[in-house]
Amino acid sequence: MLSRTADNLFWLARYVERAEYLARILEATQRLTAMPLAYIGTTNEWASAVATAGCANAFFEAYEEANEETVTEFLAFSTANPSSIRSCFEVARANARAVRTALTGEMWDAINGTWLELQRYGNGPNSREEFGRFLRWVQESSLRYDGSAYRTMLRNDSYWFSRLGVFLERADNTARILDVKYHVLLPAHEPVGGPLDYFQWTSILRSVSALTAYHWVYRESLKPWLIADLLILNNQMPRSLASCYENLVRYLDHISHSYGRQGEAQRHARTVQTRLENSRMDEIFQHGLHEFIGEFVADNNRLGAEITQQYLA
Amino acid sequence: MVSAFDEMRGTDGQVRPAYRELSAWLAGVKPDVLDYRRREADILFRRIGITFAVYGETEAQERLIPFDVLPRILSAAEWQTIQNGLKQRVRALNHYLADIYGRREILRAAVIPEDLVFRNPVFRPEMNGQKVPHNIYVHIAGIDVVRVDADTFYVLEDNARTPSGVSYMLENREIMLRLFPELFSRHRIAPVENYPDELLATLQSVAPDRASGEPNVVLLTPGVYNSAYYEHSFLADKLGVELVEGRDLLVKDQIVYMRTTHGLQRVDVIYRRIDDDFLDPLAFRPDSALGVPGLMSAYQAGNVTLANAVGTGIADDKAVYSYMPKIVEFYLGEKPILKNVPTWCCREPDDLAFVLDHLEELVVKEVHGSGGYGMLIGPMADKATIATFRAKLKTSPRGFIAQPTLALSTCPTCVDAGVAPRHVDLRPFVLTGRDQVRIVPGGLTRVALKEGSLVVNSSQGGGTKDTWVLDG
Repeated sequence: MLSRTADNLFWLARYVERAEYLARILEATQRLTAMPLAYIGTTNEWASAVATAGCANAFFEAYEEANEETVTEFLAFSTANPSSIRSCFEVARANARAVRTALTGEMWDAINGTWLELQRYGNGPNSREEFGRFLRWVQESSLRYDGSAYRTMLRNDSYWFSRLGVFLERADNTARILDVKYHVLLPAHEPVGGPLDYFQWTSILRSVSALTAYHWVYRESLKPWLIADLLILNNQMPRSLASCYENLVRYLDHISHSYGRQGEAQRHARTVQTRLENSRMDEIFQHGLHEFIGEFVADNNRLGAEITQQYLA
Repeated sequence: MVSAFDEMRGTDGQVRPAYRELSAWLAGVKPDVLDYRRREADILFRRIGITFAVYGETEAQERLIPFDVLPRILSAAEWQTIQNGLKQRVRALNHYLADIYGRREILRAAVIPEDLVFRNPVFRPEMNGQKVPHNIYVHIAGIDVVRVDADTFYVLEDNARTPSGVSYMLENREIMLRLFPELFSRHRIAPVENYPDELLATLQSVAPDRASGEPNVVLLTPGVYNSAYYEHSFLADKLGVELVEGRDLLVKDQIVYMRTTHGLQRVDVIYRRIDDDFLDPLAFRPDSALGVPGLMSAYQAGNVTLANAVGTGIADDKAVYSYMPKIVEFYLGEKPILKNVPTWCCREPDDLAFVLDHLEELVVKEVHGSGGYGMLIGPMADKATIATFRAKLKTSPRGFIAQPTLALSTCPTCVDAGVAPRHVDLRPFVLTGRDQVRIVPGGLTRVALKEGSLVVNSSQGGGTKDTWVLDG
């Protein structure tokens, strides 16, 4: 297939995935900040949301203060922020239009329908209720796009490149939450953390839609090291780093088998996957959770660059 | 102005046979049903993404072409005449182009004036003496046909460069099948859905002889900002070929390749929807970022087929149009089956004098204009506009032709006040391959939605209709 087409499909999937993630962060933050301070402490959750979205620098260039109004505008509706939900959908749809022929009718319908609906939301909702509906709609739109891709695409390189976009973005998102919130996930004997963190923990799990999954997997009350385990090493959990890399390796293998040769991207992805497979949570804590995540984010970015160089440029 | 021929009611108000079922159905249908279907059609079009860009309008970057839910119906006999005429005309166009870029017999025989060719900006000297694969220049033609009475069809315009609109023909039919299954069951309507297959067969048939095995066909688009981008992507999808932009292609050793995820892949046939000027910055406009450097060299070496060929503008230019009846006779020795609209060529002094005397009655068109822009419709123009055109005609008469204001036929059309007659034209698409000429029955019917308006161009408020050719 055309390199340009593959590149568009890859980024289209990334943008849709990112929009969904932003909606989850906003939803979780809204929930957390609605609680009395005694339950969540005095940290500025809105500032933390911006950091989790990975655009703190751009945000503080545009705004003085991180609060519900400014963060909602910036992360959801701003046209100045290239990573706002609105921008994500706009770019996704522009990409879709450019590779209209590589999409199935259902996928085009999903992304074009989302874009048309987005125009109706204008510059933002009038109430918290409406904003809540908006956030759910964003998540449903992503599910619909992803579902159409899964159910209707031919299993060939178009599909594989599109999947690579999903999992690379997802890995980045999960890692970013861990990066911002790592201090509340350290084991109990660590100095940081405390009983205030309970609602922080549920909030993290909500951001990656894993609250129910946690209980099914561990059948225990929330323990920060188990949450870290779930999001990093547990390959049953679809947003965990381990699961993302399992998928990245699988789809890269499909591509290399089909093209008859492999390259840096395949080798690098396998290295990261092996490291995740061979890690144990207590070792990661010993080594330093923050450092581990930092390395992972860098590795994940490198994989993105390698995929681009090998196939998309 | 003479009253127009209505394709449903004729001139005497009697429903014509082809429209009998539709007329009966219309008499029984509740107005709100039509209204509801109209809205439904609008939603379907918007979701499918059929939009077109109107140049010069920034906010309405993507706009829908209005779709009229009432079909335009042609009988089998009417279609047979049109089809024969189209085949004849396109055959003549191909002979003419091969001759102009070859032996130039038509010029030596003084059938058309030399300067009409050599001083024409769309003439391509690069093509002189150049062989094109299988001697076909116009693989895809869109011939605009209008009707003025029960028996007379005129060719209004030949489009031999990159005619567009076929996606609307196909989508209109799909939408109609969804909206009005009961109407389809009452008629026997010739299908159009095989058009993409016919197009692919045509394109594959014209691959260079040296192309190995299954020829690799691509569709070359200027990109998403082009007004017909939707159509390009739609066709590439239906054909199952790659939709490429200039930057996806490159030329090495006079061979065209496309950049793919597993390296370079050779290209044999390019269905290009880019104008000559932008094809190759090395050969034509050096500032074009849309084209492929070196493409012309590959073409001249015979390593790739361009459909349509380079330089076909010299066949569909409005000044050349007026000579088409002679061109048909010269190459085929036959009388044209489809007539030309009587045309005054303002380059001829006698014609110019007549035109200047009758501006209030005539339609004046720019020789190189398209899309309904830069046109004078005498009977509808105010004094100032007529004065402007008079001045233009006097300073550059070669730039214009004039035609009588035709009473284009009308078809029943849904308008706000109910169902009313509106003027229509027809663009059938003629495919010329190495093996045969293919035409799917019908084409794109365009309709002027404003009462009394004769301008059917989508950029000027025209809409489209599904076109039914009855099968027996």
